[in-house]
Amino acid sequence: MNRTRHLRVDRISCTGQGLCAELLPELIDLDEWGYPVLKDRTVPGHLRAHARRAVAACPRLALRTDRDRP
Amino acid sequence: MNSPTTAPPTGGHGAPPPDGSSGVRLLAGWYATGRPATLADHLGRYGPPPVTAAGGPASAGLIEAVEAAGLTGRGGAGFPTARKLRAVADRRRRAVVVVNAVESEPASRKDRFLLAVAPHLVLDGAVLAAGAVGADTVHVCLPRDPSGGYRRLDAALEERRRAGLDRVRLLPHALPHAYVSSESTSLVRWLGGGPARPQGSPPRSHERGVDRRPTLVSNAETLAHLALIARYGPDWFRRSGTREEPGTLLVTVSGAVVSPGVLEAASGTPLTTLLDRAGGPAEPLRAVLLGGFAGTWLPAEHLRTPLARRDLAPLGAAPGAGVVVALPRSACPLTETARMLAYLAAHSARQCGPCRLGLPAVAEDFAALAAGRADPVLWSRLSHRVALLPDRGACRHPDGAARLAASALHAFADDVDRHLTEGPCPAAHEPPRIPVPPATPPEAWR
Amino acid sequence: MTTLALTGSPLWYASRAGGTLALVLLTATVVLGIASGGRAAPRRTGRFGIGLLHRDLSLLTLVFLVVHVVTAVLDPFARLGWAVSVVPFGASYRPLWLGLGTAALDLLLAVLLTSALRLRLGVRRWKAVHRLAYAAWPLALFHGVGSGTDTRLPLQLWLYAGCLAAVVAAVWWRLAKAGPGRVAARLLAATAATAVPVVLGAFLAAGPLQPGWAQSAAAAALPLGGGR
Repeated sequence: MNRTRHLRVDRISCTGQGLCAELLPELIDLDEWGYPVLKDRTVPGHLRAHARRAVAACPRLALRTDRDRP
Repeated sequence: MNSPTTAPPTGGHGAPPPDGSSGVRLLAGWYATGRPATLADHLGRYGPPPVTAAGGPASAGLIEAVEAAGLTGRGGAGFPTARKLRAVADRRRRAVVVVNAVESEPASRKDRFLLAVAPHLVLDGAVLAAGAVGADTVHVCLPRDPSGGYRRLDAALEERRRAGLDRVRLLPHALPHAYVSSESTSLVRWLGGGPARPQGSPPRSHERGVDRRPTLVSNAETLAHLALIARYGPDWFRRSGTREEPGTLLVTVSGAVVSPGVLEAASGTPLTTLLDRAGGPAEPLRAVLLGGFAGTWLPAEHLRTPLARRDLAPLGAAPGAGVVVALPRSACPLTETARMLAYLAAHSARQCGPCRLGLPAVAEDFAALAAGRADPVLWSRLSHRVALLPDRGACRHPDGAARLAASALHAFADDVDRHLTEGPCPAAHEPPRIPVPPATPPEAWR
Repeated sequence: MTTLALTGSPLWYASRAGGTLALVLLTATVVLGIASGGRAAPRRTGRFGIGLLHRDLSLLTLVFLVVHVVTAVLDPFARLGWAVSVVPFGASYRPLWLGLGTAALDLLLAVLLTSALRLRLGVRRWKAVHRLAYAAWPLALFHGVGSGTDTRLPLQLWLYAGCLAAVVAAVWWRLAKAGPGRVAARLLAATAATAVPVVLGAFLAAGPLQPGWAQSAAAAALPLGGGR
């Protein structure tokens, strides 16, 4: 049940709103145009709730967490 | 290296197999006759594809034969073909096969050439693959260009129809000729009625592709090799090439060589040999571009390296789709690279942020560097922007452009220094040495 | 007329208060939605704060809407019946003005449902339904104004004016910030932002602000409902 989760960005849907980086700065940076740069795809256990919040906050639904492959 | 004798598994058709070790297989007919092979020529040389004679059971073993042969995709990524076949064959629904001959890489001509001189080898491969994965339809995708390739393909398909050769439907298509429209998801999207632009996954094509059916997208050359493996077996296939990377591959040699063109060589052939077979360098060489516009610059001192993944990997390069462009010493490598980057930026699908904003910015920075218009922070800004391109798009277009830019900065570090400190170089105003299509956005995506 | 507003059961008062609060909350939700779409960036909270507030206020809106609807249905005076809460324009009591409210509620329920399932629906389908909230807001406003029980109270009028000003200002702010492209959508937004205040003003002057509106609106419906 407690398998690791990986962040995935749908790059076509993403419009660089940047909310994900506000909510999950530990794993997500923004480039100079406001588009996300994943510092690490793997979500550590203690950031899981934050990751969930970041996924829920994306207005384009472009951020997801996958259970399996990175 | 490998077992010395192999009986063709389905033997008895046509002429004996083309010599396995010489490195000429797909183009053997072309070299022998000097003219494109008609269906009669093709059947005389190779016999009918084994799927038609045997029906289903012959194709069941084909995936295993392809796996034993160690065939990898010849479209650039080099993915094991057997794994791809199996992924599609394992799905329950009836599958679709897509032949990718769109070949949008400006420095590559090998798929077009192969389809022009030996179309039935490619089509045999497609039909055999269709049998192996359980497909009833084969879409053959070509670029929409004025070369007449589509008309010739149509004629070849008509020949097969008249001969009643195939049990599957073979449909020709002409796709918009943009750099990213040869990406496999672009083909799937276009065949589904959409624009020929890459699509983010999932779902992956082998799960849900054309008509929401499991879809095998395979490069034209790969399928031609598959057609020969089906006839002569994996051991025959392994008689050429290296142990890790068996077989031959088609190589497009262009740039500063005496007679540029497409040739077939065993995997692992040294780059110097390839250049010599293209007539040799027309003038002293500075470097070669390997893998195309999305490839890597390899300085001339590495030209003895074999054209194989394993040998090129330590140098940060890869054979890609078999593109070798020779850059003469008289050219400015940064100017040539800048023009390629401008083309790549113009030909992005403009879907993802990094391609819409990052790639043009990199191209602009690079153009400023090449022209000697560098501002004090240009180098650090450019390196930073290049580093942020890879792995951030729906497809690998930004990765390829970043690879080209990074390898130029690395391979031509002295030139970079000189351009930064001394301003424009004299060669910058010379006419371009490597032909690059105009850096204007594609006219159509549909 | 004021006397009419002072008669009636506690349920009737609760319903009117719930409805008014729901309108104010819906207005705030819509304004925040417009603001986040226009990439408003408050200095003290992050931009995600707007999104969270938008979500929380929308849920609170629905809470007060439930209060508004349940108390209205339970109130013996209007004898609405539960069907009224979901089937628009079927009421015997002020069918048009009540129906607007029911339609707004239905739209908001669709928005709620699709928002809960948005990760499965995908952004395009979710957004398509989510835009219905823009239609729900004027429906709710006209429902409140037209039903009219409290419309002539100065405080209530100021409240409506405030709600209207907030949403219209948000729309114009967003239009001013918007880049090129999507001309049709921007034209539609500008037209709607102009039309709603004009129509509302004209309607107020013609109807609810005339003496006897609440009575006549109710009285007109009473014989049909066969009530008292």
